[in-house]
Amino acid sequence: MIRPEIITPGFNRFSGTDGYITSAPLEQAVNAAIALGRPLLIKGEPGTGKTVLAGHVAQALGLRLVRWQVKSTTRAADGLYVYDTVQRLHDSRFGDADVTDIKRYIRLGPIGDAFSSPDQVVLLIDEVDKADLEFPNDLLQELDEMRFTVLETAEEIQARHRPLVVITSNNEKELPDAFLRRCVFHYIEFPSRELMVRIIGVHFPDLEQQLLDDCIASFYALREVAGLRKKPSTSELLDWIAALRRAGVEVSRLGLAVPFLGTLIKNERDLELVAAASGRRR
Amino acid sequence: MLLDFFFALRAQRLAVGPEEWLALMEALARGLHESSLTGFYHLARSVLVHSEAHFDAFDLAFAQVFAGVEVDALALQGELAAWLADPARLAGLSPEERELLAALRIDELRRLLEERLREQRQRHQGGSRWVGTGGTSPFGAGGYHPTGVRIGGSSGGRSAAQVAAERRYRAYRSDLILDVRQIQVALRKLRELRREGRRDELDLPASIDRTSRNAGELELCWRPPRRNHARVVLLMDVGGSMDPHARVVSQIFSAASRSKHFRTFHAYYFHNCVYGSVYRDSWFREALPLDELLAAHRPSSKLVVVGDALMHPLELLAPDGSLDYWARNATPGIESLRRVARHFERRVWLNPEPPRFWRHQTVAAIGELFPMFPLTLDGLADAVSSLVGGRRPRRGGGAVSVDADD
Repeated sequence: MIRPEIITPGFNRFSGTDGYITSAPLEQAVNAAIALGRPLLIKGEPGTGKTVLAGHVAQALGLRLVRWQVKSTTRAADGLYVYDTVQRLHDSRFGDADVTDIKRYIRLGPIGDAFSSPDQVVLLIDEVDKADLEFPNDLLQELDEMRFTVLETAEEIQARHRPLVVITSNNEKELPDAFLRRCVFHYIEFPSRELMVRIIGVHFPDLEQQLLDDCIASFYALREVAGLRKKPSTSELLDWIAALRRAGVEVSRLGLAVPFLGTLIKNERDLELVAAASGRRR
Repeated sequence: MLLDFFFALRAQRLAVGPEEWLALMEALARGLHESSLTGFYHLARSVLVHSEAHFDAFDLAFAQVFAGVEVDALALQGELAAWLADPARLAGLSPEERELLAALRIDELRRLLEERLREQRQRHQGGSRWVGTGGTSPFGAGGYHPTGVRIGGSSGGRSAAQVAAERRYRAYRSDLILDVRQIQVALRKLRELRREGRRDELDLPASIDRTSRNAGELELCWRPPRRNHARVVLLMDVGGSMDPHARVVSQIFSAASRSKHFRTFHAYYFHNCVYGSVYRDSWFREALPLDELLAAHRPSSKLVVVGDALMHPLELLAPDGSLDYWARNATPGIESLRRVARHFERRVWLNPEPPRFWRHQTVAAIGELFPMFPLTLDGLADAVSSLVGGRRPRRGGGAVSVDADD
């Protein structure tokens, strides 16, 4: 659908920040989402920086980030507004506030916040797959029309600027087709060694080359241990390096028998697998 | 060429509809592909494809259309202009989709494109934005692909078609792999929500309503919580020709038995075909006569049968056809199956053999009694929607439905 009202001037705007390394396809997906005024759906292995991306997009574009963390009990309507009936009931019993004014008990949710904001914002809907299966469908209309009505007060909240919507999913549930059709989709793949070196460089600019090489070698060897339930991810690698540096440990030629293994492998069965694998290599 | 691409995508059974296609056209008109084929590849993929499971099919279609062709990426916009002259050429669309296409403001798109082309002609001289992918363009300069494949056009690396031809996303195809979690996700849709049981959930709107009618004197209303009402019966064929599929069958079993959200879940086993009884264990020690099975489960229970339905025709159609010499069955297997099928209103048969083998006599005969689906992720999803089919999701559309008293 062509929406002439949302033409954003100078759309080619996102190209990573100092703290976030992007790839060309990712930048292209972000910019397509900005230019087409469609939500950007990000999927990928846990720990590949899906959530962090939204923050950096906001930073790069100089926009405020509105974050909506979705949980299994989250309902789509919560994102628009919540009518605090309990407070109103309370106030009516104890009579210390004006209960005739319903407006006082309407609290805007993240979507309401993003729509009513005077400036354009980046709206992050994090882990959309955690919620009920119908959740994404329930959001469709509001995200398409960029407005909704507060039923209790008949007040219409209309977006002044179309927010850039970033949605992340961990693939726990399939998302509905109607929802997917409206999204620009990007799948963050696990970083290659070269990209990982650059990512580490951003977080630890003064890391010694030797340590870096050893860490990367051990890390990718760990990921290749067959049958791991949860492979260590980028964020865990960064934690691990931080721990190593603080303790000042030599990793040199340790292979799989690495110190602070607990920062990388967080499952008892996986630990046993790694122990078995490192025993074989020696 | 654009049209070829569209048809190639549809031929790969990617559900690319007018909405996505128009979005891609709009993106092209805006020059988002940065005039490079690599740019076009990533742009088209992010707009047209909605799951990494379909990347492989997309790559196949892309390679088929663009491989070996020296494509002048600038010409893509010319293609777009040609398509805009006659947008109805997208054959293979359903009448509804055609209607949608006709309703779209093609003129708007055309205007956008003309603007872009004008701008492009002017800036072409300056060479800061449109020529190639190197230099000051925000794209391609970094040149890093997440998997380390350098694909920026400026680096003299591989073309998008080459990348596509590699089919690196093969492993993500959803019609090939099944793991327990994925099965669980599919089974999760198997539900039937109903308010039932003790009234222990506070019904806030009703309470407020009653309280205000009661001149502010507090009066609380309660309602039963919403629960999944789905009762599931799983019947598994084990042994014999099913041995190669033992792993996937046990995965189905563990996914279903671990899914805590069913109201009830029961699993039974049979060998080859259902005759007079089914078994509670896979060693066939504890038999349960068919009458008891049908009496124990109400017709509204959802029945899932897993089996290859492959046997000698006599084993299905003749009395005493059972493989087990000592188990004399007076009624032929097909009759027992027919009784089961008649009892359970909602039933599916999951077949681990690919559909091309289903023309076999016994498979076809059983397929008439039970809606049959391949035991793949897609097949399972189809089976689940056939089990819950006929009912629309309860809460559609507006998100602002303050939970009314129901």
